[in-house]
Amino acid sequence: MRSAWSRIRRDKAALFGLAVIAVVTFAALFAPFVAPFNPDQQFANGLTLQGAPRPPDGVYWFGTDLLGRDLLSRLIWGARASMIIGLAANLAAVVIGTTLGATAGFLGGWIGTVIMRFTDLMMAFPALLLAIALAAILHPSLWIVALVIALVNWVQIARVIYTETRALAAREFVEAVRALGAGRWRILARHVLPHLLPTILVWGTLGISSTVLIEATLSFLGVGVQPPTPSWGGIIFQSQSYFMVAPWLVVFPGLAIIFLALSFNLVGDALRDALDPTQRGIT
Amino acid sequence: MLRFLARRLAQSVLVILGVTLVTFLISFAVPADPARMIAGRSASAAEVASVRHQLGLDRPLPVQYLRYLGHLVRGDLGRSYVQRIDVSTVVESRLPATLELMAGAIFFELLLGLPAGAFSAARRGTRADKGTMVLSFIGVSAPQFVVGLLLLYVFGYLLDLFPLGGYGGLANLFLPALTLGIAGGGWYARQSRSSMVDALRQDYVRTARAKGAGEWRVVLLHAGRNAVLPVIAMIGLDIGNFMQGVVVVEAVYGWPGIGQLAWQAIQQLDIPVIMGVTIVAAVAIVLGNLLADIITGALDPRIRVR
Repeated sequence: MRSAWSRIRRDKAALFGLAVIAVVTFAALFAPFVAPFNPDQQFANGLTLQGAPRPPDGVYWFGTDLLGRDLLSRLIWGARASMIIGLAANLAAVVIGTTLGATAGFLGGWIGTVIMRFTDLMMAFPALLLAIALAAILHPSLWIVALVIALVNWVQIARVIYTETRALAAREFVEAVRALGAGRWRILARHVLPHLLPTILVWGTLGISSTVLIEATLSFLGVGVQPPTPSWGGIIFQSQSYFMVAPWLVVFPGLAIIFLALSFNLVGDALRDALDPTQRGIT
Repeated sequence: MLRFLARRLAQSVLVILGVTLVTFLISFAVPADPARMIAGRSASAAEVASVRHQLGLDRPLPVQYLRYLGHLVRGDLGRSYVQRIDVSTVVESRLPATLELMAGAIFFELLLGLPAGAFSAARRGTRADKGTMVLSFIGVSAPQFVVGLLLLYVFGYLLDLFPLGGYGGLANLFLPALTLGIAGGGWYARQSRSSMVDALRQDYVRTARAKGAGEWRVVLLHAGRNAVLPVIAMIGLDIGNFMQGVVVVEAVYGWPGIGQLAWQAIQQLDIPVIMGVTIVAAVAIVLGNLLADIITGALDPRIRVR
């Protein structure tokens, strides 16, 4: 682990990613203190005399939205939705995927076959369509959106963990502890799982990126986090028809989504390079 | 090869059967009564009951599922509750637009991804390699609706080079296809880079170099030819990502394909259309995976043993 960290410290792209993640986390945690204005307050001077949103200036740094609210404050509060869903939904997906993948890979037999055929089935579904349909049916709140994303997003990690577990289960050291009389679950928990940790860490980090993107997309389609809760995708959804007159309403939240998703990808990629020597320099 | 083919084919049929079952079950979770939707708001309870009977919705679930399967096998996807026409007719009328978009997207994906990957692999370990890979990550990390809206703003509105959405000629196709191609291109750049790095390590590349072939000749002709096929086979695996992309991109550009159809149907809770599009998409995904497996299996006999 220590050598992994020293490797990441030399990776400028990964450091950039860590910095962005730190800033967004800070904004999400301390939104009430960091945001210059109340994100829900409609300011009388927040709209121009013609009733259009104000472009960025000295007062409203990122401009205002269609209702005369401060965009920067809404972006800072919106970081909460992205981070909460990104972390919670992805944690749930990692837990489901690791449990199913490791069980299938370690036990094999008919249980393994059933689990892996089920993941094949989930792979065949267009995940976004499924998420949209589920979200539309379930009337989305923050936690429902997180749940929906977890339900469609565990598949890939399950496959990766399955392959890895199968390879591990065939190794000599597993054979050795089995010969020593260790029970199945003890082998899985004490001897196999620790070896899976780097993979879980890498895919867990990369997964946050895709979770953030799915959340933004669902909110953009109107079936994600619902107003008045600010979310980056939702801000774009509400202002897309005014995009030509007020481009800042798409550009700033769009950049926020790109930077956050990119950062988790960069950090995940650096972790993969650092933790998995066989992959170094290939991907 | 034949046995491998037969096994993969049987697996695909099973997966598609599973998809129909899951879709069927989800349609029951939708909080909308189809009989009520068809009979209309002012219909009496007796009328609703008779519509329910006509649709067979009062039968036990397994019977309903088998009937549904029977219809599917004959290519009958049911009738739209909202538009009152056959789902297969609606899907067929929307499919050409999506296929056109798909062709354009694959064009841009490969145009952006393959050269970037080859360049990165040839310059492996340098600053140019690192930069190209960060660029490809930006492509993968940018949500398609953001890229779509930004392209529309710059090239459609500010520069007035392309129409602001809609369906028609090549000019309409350019921006939506490019939007999908940017995300896919980032992915292909990473895949083709690793495929290329592998190829450049092979003995025949050393032989070519030893015989005095120039660097670009080695990269493009000797390694490239072998690296490009596995990457092309990935187009098949890519159908799933593509099906997600079309929902968003068709919404942004007002492109009248099956993505837009699915999106409208979900908002109206038009269950047969949602089920129909899901199944068509799933069949496309399964066929794509099957094709990719066959191509890789034909290229590399070791894979067939699995």
